[in-house]
Amino acid sequence: MSSTAVTPASRLRVPRWVVPAGIAALFALAYLAFRGTGTLPHNSEAAPFTAVTELREWIDDHRNDNPLFLYFLNYIRLFVDALYTSFHAVLVAMGWPGLIGVMGGLAWLAGGWRVALMAVAGFCSFGVFGLWQSSVETLALVSAAVLLSLAIGVPLGIWAGMSARVRKAVTPVLDVMQIMPTFAYLAPLALFFHIGAPAGVIATMIYSIPPAIRITALAIEQVSPTAVEASASLGATQAQTLFKVYLPLARSTMALAVNQTIMMALSMVVIANLISAPGLGSDIIRGLSRAQVGIMLPAGIAIVIMAVILDRMMVSVARRDPHSRIGRGNVAAAGVLAVAGLVAAAFVPRQWPEDLTVSVTRPINEAVLWAETSWYGVTTFVKDTVTIYLLNPLETVFTTAPWWLVAAAVLLVAWRVSGVRPALTALVCLLGIALLGTWEHSMRTLTTVAVAVVATLAIGVLLGIAAARSDRFSAVQRPLLDAAQTMPAFVYLLPALALFGTTRFTAIFASIIYAVPPVVRLVEDGIRHVPTSVIEAAASAGSTSAQILWKVQLPMARRAILLAANQGIVLTLAMVVVGGLVGAGALGYDVVLGFSQRPDFGMGFVAGVATVLLGVMLDRITQGADRRSLPHKRKFT
Amino acid sequence: MKIRLFAGLLALGLAAGCGGATVDGGATTAASPEGSADAATPAGTVKIAINPWVGYEASANVVAYLLKNELGYTVELPEIKEQLAWEGFETGDVDVIIENWGHPDLKKQYIEEKKVAVEAGSTGNKGVIGWYIPKWMADENPDITDWKNLNKYADLFKTSESGGKGQLLFGDPSYVSNEAALIKNLKLDFKIVTGGSEAALIKSAQQAQAQKKPLLFYFWDPHWLFSQTELVRVNLPEYTEGCDADPKKVACDYPEMDLDKIVSKKFADTGGKAYELVKNFQWTNEDQNKVSDDMTNGGMSGEEAAKAWIEANPDKWQAWIPK
Repeated sequence: MSSTAVTPASRLRVPRWVVPAGIAALFALAYLAFRGTGTLPHNSEAAPFTAVTELREWIDDHRNDNPLFLYFLNYIRLFVDALYTSFHAVLVAMGWPGLIGVMGGLAWLAGGWRVALMAVAGFCSFGVFGLWQSSVETLALVSAAVLLSLAIGVPLGIWAGMSARVRKAVTPVLDVMQIMPTFAYLAPLALFFHIGAPAGVIATMIYSIPPAIRITALAIEQVSPTAVEASASLGATQAQTLFKVYLPLARSTMALAVNQTIMMALSMVVIANLISAPGLGSDIIRGLSRAQVGIMLPAGIAIVIMAVILDRMMVSVARRDPHSRIGRGNVAAAGVLAVAGLVAAAFVPRQWPEDLTVSVTRPINEAVLWAETSWYGVTTFVKDTVTIYLLNPLETVFTTAPWWLVAAAVLLVAWRVSGVRPALTALVCLLGIALLGTWEHSMRTLTTVAVAVVATLAIGVLLGIAAARSDRFSAVQRPLLDAAQTMPAFVYLLPALALFGTTRFTAIFASIIYAVPPVVRLVEDGIRHVPTSVIEAAASAGSTSAQILWKVQLPMARRAILLAANQGIVLTLAMVVVGGLVGAGALGYDVVLGFSQRPDFGMGFVAGVATVLLGVMLDRITQGADRRSLPHKRKFT
Repeated sequence: MKIRLFAGLLALGLAAGCGGATVDGGATTAASPEGSADAATPAGTVKIAINPWVGYEASANVVAYLLKNELGYTVELPEIKEQLAWEGFETGDVDVIIENWGHPDLKKQYIEEKKVAVEAGSTGNKGVIGWYIPKWMADENPDITDWKNLNKYADLFKTSESGGKGQLLFGDPSYVSNEAALIKNLKLDFKIVTGGSEAALIKSAQQAQAQKKPLLFYFWDPHWLFSQTELVRVNLPEYTEGCDADPKKVACDYPEMDLDKIVSKKFADTGGKAYELVKNFQWTNEDQNKVSDDMTNGGMSGEEAAKAWIEANPDKWQAWIPK
């Protein structure tokens, strides 16, 4: 009985796999027949590249006399620069004891003594690592960017939350922004806002604005309409309703919006250094260009610590009962902490004393060297096996296949998985990539993404299944996943770099550890949400545990797994592109090169655009999870 | 009412900045107050861009140490790569490039046209870039040092990253490079593989010697590595004046360069003693290699290595200190 509910009744007809297999065979034959024709080899002097490079030269020459720059863009730059400089000046003026005390006090107000203790210890660690100056710069940069993000994002979010029309207009833009790899933002901003701290702040702001808008809109939407109507019927004006009803009721969700915005901003810190933004990113890049994990790791840890402190503070604010007031004792304690710090600051030098720093660079470098030499056999074997037997052949296939064959394959797969409109969008993106002259490098990036995604899904689905079937395993794994998801993306590059040096495999390894946590979570949730009644029915019909997994749980969780695949692909692409910093080559490297060599600026710029197109394409191919009806529903109709 | 207010604000805004704003951080009509503040107080801040190779860092650290401890300046060493650092002259993010390798195009653009930078004399270092192989390869195949025979040996240099061609290992993406043009114009069957850093080049060179692995790589002198690893330079077509004028048509070797210092115009005008010190700074390749070696192999930080050299060579640096 129950098994027929899951597998469709078998009729006399060709097995279901024949059609897809036949099509796949057809594509394989077409590839063999037309291999090497219709390829679009990379040319570093392609017309779109040189056009952008010339535009950049023109802008560089006219930055100080063209009205658009003179009366508009340069003022924005100046304003943002002033904002950053004043933030930085205030933080520096507080001195290190002052800043630690004030942060401790704020943390106490937000979440009590535990969070305060964490904040104080965390900020002390910046000094101990010898990173005080960089940390203050990063804090100033992130604060300025988050402030601007919220100043623009929250009003937009409120508007979108109250008006369905605005929401409809904003959502697709946000969708694209969220799958845009961080690298893609830099070149256009460098073009209009030059380099340095202000350009870094603007890039960070644009990157971190989507959650500010999206979550605020959600918070406003969730406010119960009865409360709004009650307020309106009592004669409140619109402004009164907004400030007395909407905002207080949406407060805790909006604190999450702030939290997400901060986290996004922190993950931009390293990338922003490519356009000379100051801060901890500079230390990471310094370590990267010396190939010394010992320089990078403390800076990476400092960013993580900063993220954790700010995260705890905002989460405590979000969780607090809206009607409770902060106790007088807590206010006093926070005040004492802040004042003590500021007073102490008057008596000591403003810079962190050098005697209180501990240099961990050498021990870490030695540990890395030890790992490198003693695991050399294993790491080299893994790297070479994957590169020679998987990456290189696949890359050959992708780069020697005729472009029209790839386009046809993309169209067909996207159509099958997601439907007609996403398929057409995917096709347009792919053709855009071809027209921009980035075909070959996009295909190389695609290869790296493909290998990483396959590995990510394999690992993620396995761990997800394990977690769904064992509560104990899930309980152990969950905090690890939580921690992994608050960490800024590039942190994952460090262990990869320590183990594998600068190769394409390094980026693959990093993107796997970056993308696995969300995949695990989605798969676990998907399997856990299969109704217990269905599973009990299968069990009572005598199915074994393995049968239940393969025939009931996995098919019914198909939607969640597809969603996991979609997320995994988007995250992997973002990481593979950042991997351009550590040897991933292709598009990501083009972006890095664009900032390193002036004649290649255009290529880097266009490569950034190509990563966006690639991201949208991959997203559209796999987004079927959200749009199509559920598989088991379809089978009953 | 509202409109009038807005118009008023707009007028005010226009009046306040009637000259428009330039990227160097000031309205064109107003003098930049920052620069004069730096000049007025002797303990100003000097920003020396750090380019990613240890020789550069050695020079920067020695100058930074003297600026700090002899003249009382605050020194910032932001990590900014070669070509971006020139843009930093314009935005005010960079005061000094302490070791510049040629860049005639940037000199023309930033010194002659934009007038935001000026030359501050030679560092005394002679620099030359080239393609190198470990000595054992030249011993086994004496004709390999002629570029005309490189294609014959291309197979030796194949790796899993070089896509069926010979590998030419390159360093940091920002380094001065004619490699792509050379490979194309000399019709070499090689592919540039970017190691990403000086450290990657050094490691590969050391492995190439110790494990007798074939390697062709981009490298430069002055460098401490030459005293520890036996390397032989591959002879590309000889450099002649002007053969590298068009970067796309380069088919000749790199010239020997007189490395020099570049500073921002603002720093030259208002930098006072700090500028004098930077201008006077001049040392030899041996001096630089000593400090670089201490930094890389002696386990010293840049500051420690600079201090060690300064303590050992007082007569050299005392000549740089402005009277």
